[in-house]
This record gives sequence, C-alpha cells and structure tokens, in this order.
Amino acid sequence: MDNDQVTLLGFWASPVAMRVRIALAEKGVRFEYKEQSMRNKSALLLEMNPVHKKIPVLIHNGKPICESLVIVQYIDEMWNQSPLLPSDPYERARSMFWADFVDQKIYDMKRKMMWTARGEEQEAAKKDFIDCLKLLEVELGAKPYFGGETLGYVDVALVPFYCWFHAYETIANFSIEAKCPKLIGWCKRCMQKESVSKSLAGPHKMYNYEEDTSAFRASTMLLV
Amino acid sequence: MAEVKLYGFWPSPFSHRIIWALKLKGVEYEYIEEDLSNKSESLLKYNPVYKKTPVLVHGDKPIAESLVILEYIEETWPENPLLPKDPYERAMARFWIQYGVDTVAALRAFYHGSGEELEKAAKELLEGLKILEEQGLGDKKFFGGESMNLVDISYGALGYWLAAVEEAKGVKVLEPSTLPRLHAWAKNLDELPVVKENIPASDKMMAYLTAAMNRLAKN
Repeated sequence: MDNDQVTLLGFWASPVAMRVRIALAEKGVRFEYKEQSMRNKSALLLEMNPVHKKIPVLIHNGKPICESLVIVQYIDEMWNQSPLLPSDPYERARSMFWADFVDQKIYDMKRKMMWTARGEEQEAAKKDFIDCLKLLEVELGAKPYFGGETLGYVDVALVPFYCWFHAYETIANFSIEAKCPKLIGWCKRCMQKESVSKSLAGPHKMYNYEEDTSAFRASTMLLV
Repeated sequence: MAEVKLYGFWPSPFSHRIIWALKLKGVEYEYIEEDLSNKSESLLKYNPVYKKTPVLVHGDKPIAESLVILEYIEETWPENPLLPKDPYERAMARFWIQYGVDTVAALRAFYHGSGEELEKAAKELLEGLKILEEQGLGDKKFFGGESMNLVDISYGALGYWLAAVEEAKGVKVLEPSTLPRLHAWAKNLDELPVVKENIPASDKMMAYLTAAMNRLAKN
C-alpha cells in the first residue's frame, strides 16, 4: 500500500471530517489533508463531490468517496489493521445502528440547542440531547469503548462531538458532565489516544467559531 | 438455522424493502403484522429506541432500522450478493443508499404537503431525483446493473408507492417527460416478480393513503 495516494478534503470545525481523520490515524495511513473553505468552495471539492458539494471527501488514488460513515467503512475495508467494525454480522449491525443513531439524533440537535429561539424550545432540545446521550451510556455499558477493548466504529462516529460540548454548555447554559458523567468519562478516555486528541479541534476554538459565525449562519443557514 | 421473524407494517415501503431482500436471498421467515396505533410488547421490546417497524429478529437478536437490516441480511446470507465486491464500488453503492435518506425526507414533505407547500415539495423532490437519475443511475437498467441490488431496494418507494401518492395528490413528479430514465427504472423494478408479488394491491394502497392523508389534513 506504499504507493497509495490518500487525500482528505476537510474543514477544521467539522465533527464528521474528524471521524475520517481518527479512522485514518487509527490505521496508521499517511494522508494529505487539504483544508477547505465552506464559504468559497474549491474547484477540487466541487469536482470530487458534485452531488452534495460538502466535506469530508476522501480521495484514494484519484477516486473520491463521500459521506463520513461511508468513508469510515471504506477505510475499514481497505486497511485491515486495527479493525473498527466487528466481524460478527450481528455486532456489526449493532455498531451501524448506533452510528446511525448519532447521525439521526446528535448531529441535528446542535442546531436546535444553539441556533433556535431561547426558552421552551431550547429547553426541550437540551432535554432531548441529554436523553440521547443517556441511551448511548446504556449501550456503552461497562466497556471502556463502544468497540470493546479498543476504539470502534461508534466511538469514531461519536467522539468528535465532544469538542463541541463546551460550546453547547456555554451557549445553552447547562452541564453535560453533571447529567452524563459516564459519557464524559468515555470522552476523556478516548482523548488519551493520539488518533483522537490530534484529530479533534480545541473546545475553546469551537466556542469562538460558534460565536463568530452565528450571525453569518442566521443569514445563510450554513450547515456545519 | 435460527428462526427469522419480521415485524412489519403492510403499507410501509420500509417493510417492503426487507421482504424483497429476504425473498431475493431465499430466506424463510415469519411475518408479523404490527398495528402501529397499538404497538405490541414484542415491538417495544425489540426496538425500544425508535419503537418502529421494520424490525428483524434472527434467533433472539433484534435488528432495527431498515438500511441496517439490509446490510445485516447481505452479510448473513451471502448467496445472490446485493452489494458489489469491490470496496470502491461498494462505497459508491452505500453513497447512493445514503442519498436516499434525503429522498425519503423529500417524499415525506410531498406526502404531507398541500397547496403551496405541496408545490414546493414537488419541485424539491424533482430536483433531488434529477441528481439521482443523472449521477446515480446513469444509463444502467438498475442501480445494480442488469439486476436489482440493495440500492434499487432502497429506492423501491419511487415506483408503486410514489405513483399511489401522486394519484392521491393529483400531482405528478416522476414522469417520462421530466425523468425519463428514472421513470423507466421504476417501471422495470415494479415488473420484477420479487417486487410485483410483494407489494400491497394498488387499490388497497390507494384506500390506505387517501384515508391517512385525510386524517393528516384534519389534524
């Protein structure tokens, strides 16, 4: 695999791009990272993802793969070391179910918690968010990671959102650790791995980004 | 071989997807009809997170979410493969299956819409389907090439189900004039025995959809 050309088109604040960085780092795959502008999309991005025009995009030997979880599955299949998905079909289905849960529930909530009107709607969104994290805590159980003894597919799907928690807590005024200490324990355990700590952006940087872009987002509905 | 059970809801294309996959693989299964207005203890036990159909139970192990179930079926019964072998081609198939999640959202908006909202939903659905036709299907007969695969299964609602909704709404979106290749694909899919023999009768479907839409309109 020495002649492999691997390029990742990403955006520093995007949790779904971080998923791909973690997966590549776990596998020890060398890749070129190309930071993309969300407001001024490059010709390369438009060529590689004409359907959605979004990041992340993995380019492997000239061929593009889009959609973060599709990319992570592709990486797991192409590079066999440190498998992220279990080999047993039922356990695989279980991992896919929970990664999909993260996409269906967690990804969208950020918008509702931070960008919607204050008051009742925001309180309901915060409660929903905590309820979802609690379900994830039950799935984690007594295991160190969702993947068992090592980082797995669900860990990779979920942990990037950890760098957004400080922003959520500050803007929506609540403590995630107070309600979900076990999940925060898991986040910190993941952060001790270089593949994770080097891939996630700093929480204060995320908070500043949120503040800086809130006005722009309100006017253009930019989705990150 | 452990027992296979499918908890489904007869008018739902999400349940139909699973039936087609099981039939294509030649898997024997027991079908259990769920009354979604009165969910069974079993459904709540097997799908506590979403409390929805379809749910596949293999032995004593439940799997929920139709796309997850399809991948499980593909891996557990490898004969008559429904995904490409090549990892890149497989990633492309999964990309288009994922694109279908947006299509489902657009179909829902079309189903729920009336008046101006219906017009807007029809326009957005058409735009989304144009991309699917041009870049997903291209010149192929099926997404799977000469025969149907998981991608075709995931878009199955665009045939018989969308046709019934279009008739109930009096608005057409998938037509030979606007989406010639996708329209032809839908017709070909609906003619395949595994689909034709495993969807509700069109009059039953129409009656259900009309009643459901009337209920929605009242609320």
